[in-house]
Amino acid sequence: MTSQSYSEPVIDVRELKKIYHIGDIEVPALRGVDIQVQRGEVVAVMGPSGSGKSTLMNLIGCLDSPSDGTYILDGLKVSDLRDDQLAEVRNKKIGFVFQKYNLLPRVSALENVELPMHYSDQNSKMHERASDALKAVGLEDRMHHKPNELSGGQQQRVAIARAIVNDPAIILADEPTGNLDTKAGKEIMDLLLGLNRDRGTTLIIVTHDPDVSSLAQRVIRLRDGLVVNEGEPK
Amino acid sequence: MKILQTLREAVRSINSNRTRSFLTILGIIIGVAAVIALMAAGQGAQASITDQIQSIGTNLVYVMPGNQLTNISSRRTLSLADARTLANKLRAPDIRNVSPIITANKEVSYSKESQQTTIYGVEPGFETVQNLSLAEGGFFTRAELDSRASVVVLGPMLADQILGKHEGITGMVIRVNNYPFRVIGVTKSKGGSQFNNPDTFAYIPLTSMQARVTQDLSSGRVSFILLQAEDESSVKLAIDEATLVLRESHRLNPRQSDDFSITNQEDFLSIASSITSVLTIFLSGIAGISLLVGGIGIMNIMLVSVTERTSEIGLRKALGARKLDIMLQFLSESAMLSLIGGILGILIGWGLATLIGFVAVQMGANLIPVVGWDAILLATLFSTAVGLFFGWYPAQRAANLQPVEALRYE
Repeated sequence: MTSQSYSEPVIDVRELKKIYHIGDIEVPALRGVDIQVQRGEVVAVMGPSGSGKSTLMNLIGCLDSPSDGTYILDGLKVSDLRDDQLAEVRNKKIGFVFQKYNLLPRVSALENVELPMHYSDQNSKMHERASDALKAVGLEDRMHHKPNELSGGQQQRVAIARAIVNDPAIILADEPTGNLDTKAGKEIMDLLLGLNRDRGTTLIIVTHDPDVSSLAQRVIRLRDGLVVNEGEPK
Repeated sequence: MKILQTLREAVRSINSNRTRSFLTILGIIIGVAAVIALMAAGQGAQASITDQIQSIGTNLVYVMPGNQLTNISSRRTLSLADARTLANKLRAPDIRNVSPIITANKEVSYSKESQQTTIYGVEPGFETVQNLSLAEGGFFTRAELDSRASVVVLGPMLADQILGKHEGITGMVIRVNNYPFRVIGVTKSKGGSQFNNPDTFAYIPLTSMQARVTQDLSSGRVSFILLQAEDESSVKLAIDEATLVLRESHRLNPRQSDDFSITNQEDFLSIASSITSVLTIFLSGIAGISLLVGGIGIMNIMLVSVTERTSEIGLRKALGARKLDIMLQFLSESAMLSLIGGILGILIGWGLATLIGFVAVQMGANLIPVVGWDAILLATLFSTAVGLFFGWYPAQRAANLQPVEALRYE
């Protein structure tokens, strides 16, 4: 991420629409959303359930394709890519952090972190890169533990290590502190903000928690499939 | 995703639920074991039959009365006169020996022991044609044939049955069809199938047979005629010559079909091996059904596994797994499951085949099961193919899951 100009936003969403079809009924989940996120920004996305927040995150995360509109991620127009191309984009450009960590239960922390590299073409030095990522989240002494031998906060750290191992352009965190107590939640937020500071990774955090959103540089609020308020956190 | 990695994950997944994996592949294990054991027994039976037939000699030709192909009404029998004509070197130069034979199922007895068995009325020379060697005593001579001597050569098993022993019995007098006959020889054990075992036969001079067993001195009828060609390569010529000679002496015009049939060892061999191979295929086919059922079991468990691991599939997709990656992951798991089943099945089938051979030897049958590499290869390939075939649908289902839906799945 050195060659691209900083004036170009890493996420450029224009007139993005998503309509679900339930039987014959059309249910619009997003009704034309414009969002730009600059490289290195920390953005919180808030909104009540049913506001289209999840749909927007799925589209930004390239897990789903929009019905209409354009989405340019890191200079790549992803709104009209096919399934397998989207998989490649997810692998290379996006790091996911989920509320429930979503670690594979049967394998060690290290192997969990290696998982994204199995799906990328460049998979040399997998062990080194995975252990570097675990070091970056402060878990170098827990590498060979299985998820059930780790605390919730530690599991989320493993998930964050997994998110950064392929050096993505953005980290998409969906309620990353939702399952954690205040202390562990704060540690996770510190870790994410530290990664943003040290590596310049763009952070997009979906949250209900005002304490979390207050740490963002900008908050995007959604309601009924539209952006209603974009600005500094209160 | 790298193949090695995929296989490692498949092993891990199979390993993580061993009881379930084992029960899943039980059908494959049973199926493969049954196929391997039956194929081994079948090949063993075929080898033993081939062995027996070849031990008699491959330059033998059988001339039987009647013709199975065309149902002719005036069925002529073969006679001693036919045998004499065939023995004419000028007319049939490629026939070395001619041995007319009369057979009958009659009682052979000694004291209170009696046994119904096949009596062969033959001429001297039969023992060389049929490759019979004697454990003790000797075969009857031309003089004994001419004098209708009451002498008999016994098979060892028959001797055991009526005399309780098969050694040191020459000179004893037994009854054949209630006429006293003196034992002059005992054949060496040849082994054989239950229904046609030369060890249970009794051989007497053809003339004595006519006089005391069939009690038919006038017609000169014989059961069949055994011919020995000069060598293996002249078998075809001998058959042609015999056909010509017999058609001539039976006065058949060119539009009439043969009223006799000529077969040689090769024909018997091919008939026997085609019967055993049909049987083997048939039985293996039935065993193969169990493989099919086993395959359905694998499909069932793989479907359950896909459902159980929906959120894992969603996660993998979020992390960049393509459809093909997920497909391969599940396919390799089902293929590996059934391959393991196949390998276990081969081992168990091998054990079963050995057991069959052991039991067969105990029962006196000459059957050595052969577990061939072809059977092993076939079982391995087939079980893997079953896994791939029945794993396809669950794998397809996993690959086609929408990442969003799959991630949200509880």
